[in-house]
Order: sequence, then structure tokens, then C-alpha cells
Amino acid sequence: MSAAVAATAMRAPRATGHGVWSLAARRLRHDRIGMAALAVVGVFIVMIVLVSLHLLAANWADEPGVHYANPTFLGPGPDDLAMIEPPPGHMLDLTAVDPLAPHYADIERRARELETNIRPRIRTLPFGGDRYGRDVLKKAIKGAQVSIIVGLAAALVATFIGSVLGGFAGFFGGRVGDALEWLYNVFTSVPYILLVFAFAAVSGRGIGSVIVILGLTGWTGVYRLIRAEYIKHSNREYVRAAQAIGATPLSRMFVHILPNVSHVILVQLSLNVVSFIKAEVILSFLGLGVSVDSVSWGTMLNEAQSELILGKWWQLAAATFFMAVFVTAFSAFTDSLRDALDPKLR
Amino acid sequence: MTSYLIRRIWQMIPTLLGVILLIFILFTLFGGDPAEIIAGQNASAQQVAVIRHQLGLDQPWWIQLWIFFKEVITFNWGDSWATRESVSHIFLTRLPATLTVMIPLFLVTLVLSVPIALGVAYVRGSLTDRLTMIATTVALSISFLVYVIAGQWLFGFKLAWFPIQGWAPSVWTNLAVYVPLPVLLAVLVSLAPQVRLYRSFFLDEIGQDYVRTARAKGLAERQVVFKHVLRNAMIPILTDISLQLPGLFIGSFLIEVFFSIPGLGREVLLAVNRSDYPVIQATTIYLAMFTMVINLLTDVLYKLVDPRVVLR
Repeated sequence: MSAAVAATAMRAPRATGHGVWSLAARRLRHDRIGMAALAVVGVFIVMIVLVSLHLLAANWADEPGVHYANPTFLGPGPDDLAMIEPPPGHMLDLTAVDPLAPHYADIERRARELETNIRPRIRTLPFGGDRYGRDVLKKAIKGAQVSIIVGLAAALVATFIGSVLGGFAGFFGGRVGDALEWLYNVFTSVPYILLVFAFAAVSGRGIGSVIVILGLTGWTGVYRLIRAEYIKHSNREYVRAAQAIGATPLSRMFVHILPNVSHVILVQLSLNVVSFIKAEVILSFLGLGVSVDSVSWGTMLNEAQSELILGKWWQLAAATFFMAVFVTAFSAFTDSLRDALDPKLR
Repeated sequence: MTSYLIRRIWQMIPTLLGVILLIFILFTLFGGDPAEIIAGQNASAQQVAVIRHQLGLDQPWWIQLWIFFKEVITFNWGDSWATRESVSHIFLTRLPATLTVMIPLFLVTLVLSVPIALGVAYVRGSLTDRLTMIATTVALSISFLVYVIAGQWLFGFKLAWFPIQGWAPSVWTNLAVYVPLPVLLAVLVSLAPQVRLYRSFFLDEIGQDYVRTARAKGLAERQVVFKHVLRNAMIPILTDISLQLPGLFIGSFLIEVFFSIPGLGREVLLAVNRSDYPVIQATTIYLAMFTMVINLLTDVLYKLVDPRVVLR
């Protein structure tokens, strides 16, 4: 009997789960806005996985439609070719002076021998076409993959650098701390956008470069917070107890303190995702981001700039809509995450 | 005070040296070969060698660092590689255009955001407050680019209230004709984050005990808000303003690109696109210096705003 009670008591904390994370998960589940935002983010993530597996928007670079095909709900636009009128006046007979005239029959015969395969261009696409007749909806989906993966990867790089440096600076202090503080001061004394430009000037173009640029320039905010957390934690009893039983400094840093500050890191990570997606869009727009054979929300906005005057608004609308929905959902989710992980902050 | 200033300026030196080192390492290790960039694609090996010698690139790295350091402290960056214009001339001619746009933008945003933030913070939790917060969230989720693209189209092209872009030699023409549209659009963009931030500053203060005390002793509501809350909230607001000030000089490069304003931001972007290293290096290092000075001035200003602050 008593053994059973003891067993229940032993099991109880695990079964009900009173850990920081399970409590946070429970708080998050009760946050309706947070869960709705998470659902939207989930849809985007499924979409990105499908795009990465070439199951969705794999043929985004195809050009099925006519030049600036209308969205389906607007109906087909006027046919550009049909609008060209035949020239007035009668045709002059140039056979006598045309040096190619004797060969026309031969040329036509040879042309008939070749099989030509002209695909008829579609007059309307689900959400319109761009200058080359590419499907704007597919471009926006493919662009979502590029923009979000770049934002996520850059945020991982920046958060990793910031957490490791912040951890070392806060935990060790002294010379190490001074040196890292100096590095932090150097990076923060240059206005952020100039720092990004300086890095962009020396690196190449492409997805990899954007991730590296944003990652190497964006770590300072995380560093500041994690350093403060490590300073706070490194003198707490549990860390001193760990020291007393012989835990090495690295083990104390990463095994003991890290789990206790990981919620701060997670919130910083998701805050960074949003700001880096916005940064990627701007860099790509300026031509400093993803290369021309790729598509991101930024390159779409770049194309949209000249299309608007022609009345072709759909590419702007598609890129804006996708980006706004994702960024809003991700920011709302981040807010809920922060509330859930740190109820004191409310 | 004097000893404080001297110590702070003394502390800037290692940071500044760090910035110089960072830029040097970045461009020397990772940048392309300057001699080949200058010589162009059709240069012979001999021409490249000559340029390399002129720039001191055939010297060991510590001598190159010394050359670079001398350029910084003597303010002598030589000429832009792309246009042969001297870098100091680029600074002097591009900065006025940037400031013509950025100063009105900065002032209008400030004059609008502080009262709006104070207003919604005062009626926190009400419908107005919540609607404002929702509006700012939505506004923040739309890219800056979209505002400018759509705004240029609507106000410049469709309604034709403003010229879509352009620039005149006269400051007054610019202020009257070419500046309003960029400023209007940029204010729309910067208002949302600023109102949110300042609202949180005001909320922090409104909840303090001294506000209750002030009300309890029967002060007029106007005095409580403007004399107590506003003045205390000015400290974080000042910090935020000081963080924005260096940005005034680099300007909103996007605004300058969109509206063809011949400012510093557009110049730096052009320099990045054509690998014009002297312009980028000079801008980065001088803006870093400027940022440090502004930070120092802000700390001194705190003292003026808040007598409780002790400068140590």
C-alpha cells in the first residue's frame, strides 16, 4: 500500500508535468490568439516542406500564361496580338529585287520537316501572371519558401552566435567578458544598415550570402540579453552546487544554466525570424539578396514596382498578402510564446 | 563632469580602433582585390601590378593597416574608385539632400507619435487603445517597400498630388515640392513601431506610485499627465531618439532610392553595387564615430532631464 502511494507520488510530477516547458505549453494552449497564429505558421511550414520536396510550385519558373495574364476572376484581358491591325495600302511585289525570293519555297519545305511545338499561352492564371507569364501564385509560394528559410536560417545563426558569446561573457566575466564587450561595442557603434551594407559589399550574392550577412551582423541583441541572464544565473545556488560537486565551467554553462535561459533564447530566435525576413525582403529588393534566377518576396516587390503603373497589381498584392499574413501570425505567436514562457513579464 | 567626459572619450578609442580593425579585416580578407576592381576587366597584369603598388597592396598586412589607419585619422580617403570624386566631396554634397528629407521626417514622426502614444496609453484597454494597437500590428506586418510602391502609385500617379520623384537645387523647392511625399510615406511607416514603443514607456510610468500620489494630493489631471508622466517617460524616449539620430545621416536609403534623392544613403548603396570600397569604408567609420559622440551626448542629456541620474 505504502509502496503504491510512494510510486504514485514518484510518478505524479511526470504524469501531470509541472516542468517549465509543459506549463508554458499549457498556457500557450489556452491562448486562443497564439494557437490561431500557430496554426497559420503551421500552414506556411507545411507549404515550405512541400515546396522543398518539389511537390508544390516546383514549376514556378515555367511560363504558361501570356504576358501579364489576368487573374482568373477578372476574366481574360484584351488579346494583344489581335489588336495589331494589318498595315493599310496594298503589298508591293518585291520578288524581282528580293535576293531570298528563289529560296522561299525551299525554306518553307524545310521548316515543315521540323516538328514545332508551340504551347498555346493561357489567357488567365489563378492569380495572374508576371511579365514572362509566370504564375504569380506559384511565385509567391516559392518566394515564401526562400524568404522564410533565409529568415529562419539567419535567425538561427545570429541567435547561436549571440547565445554562445553572451554565455561566455556573462559566465566568465573578467578578461573574456571585457574582450566580448569590446566586440559588442564595435558592432553596435556602426549603424545596423551600414554594417549590413559593408558585409554585403564584400560577399557575393545568393541565399547563402544573405544568411551569413544577416547572421553575422544581427547577433548583438541576443548577446546583450543572454549575457545578462548568465550574469544573473552564474551566482545562483544551483550553479554553485554544481561547482561544488566538480562540474567543469563548460558543463555548468551548457548543462546547468543553458536550460534555464533557453526560453529567453527561444523568444529572441522568433523575434529575429520576423526582423530577418523583413531584412531579406529589402536586401533582395535592392539586388543585394537572392540571385536573379531565384524568387523571393523581395524580388517580387521589385518587379511589382513598375507593374503597378501598367495596372497589373496582382504581383504586389500576392507578395504583400503572403508576407503580411506570415509576419503577423509569426509576431502574434512570438508574443504568445513570450507570455507563456515568462508570465511575470505580462 | 569634466573628468566624466574625458573618461568617456578615452573609452571610445578602443571601440573606434575596433571598428577600424573590423572594416580592415572585412575588406582585406573577404573583399575582392581592389587593384583588379579599379583596373577593370581589360587591364593588363602590369597595370594591375602598378595599381597594387600605388595602393600599397604589395606591402605586408601591418603596413596596409597603418596606411588604412592614417587615412582614417587624416580624413583623407582619396577618391571614389568609380567616379574619381573625392570622398570628402561626396560627403559634403550628398549630406544636405539626406538631411532635407530626414529632419522633417524625424520631427513630424516625433510630434505625432508622442501625443498619440500618450493618448492611447492614457485610455489603455479602451476601444481606441485596442483599435490603435491592432492597426499598428497590421501596419508593422506590411513591408516598407509596399507602402512606398503603393503610395507613389496612389499619390503620385493616380491622384497626381505630388511629383512621383525628383530633386531641385534649391532647398525650398525641395521642401515644398519633392519632400512631402517621401516624408508622408515614411511617417506612415515609422509611426506604428514608435507609437507602440512610446505607449509602453508611458504605461510603465502611469502605473507608478508617484502618479497615484499626485492624484491623491489633488493635482489637476493635466498636471499629473504633462508634468509627472510625460517628464519621466522622456528618459526612455530620449534614448530611443538618440538611437535614431545616426540614422538621420545615412538617411532612409530606400526612400532615397525610390525617390531619386541624391543623398548619402543612395550613394552608399551605389558604392556597394559597384564595389567602391573607399566610400563604404569612410561612411561606416565616420558614422560609427558619430554614433559614439551621440551616445555620450545622450548620457549628458539624461542628467539635464533627470536630476536623479548620477554620471560616474
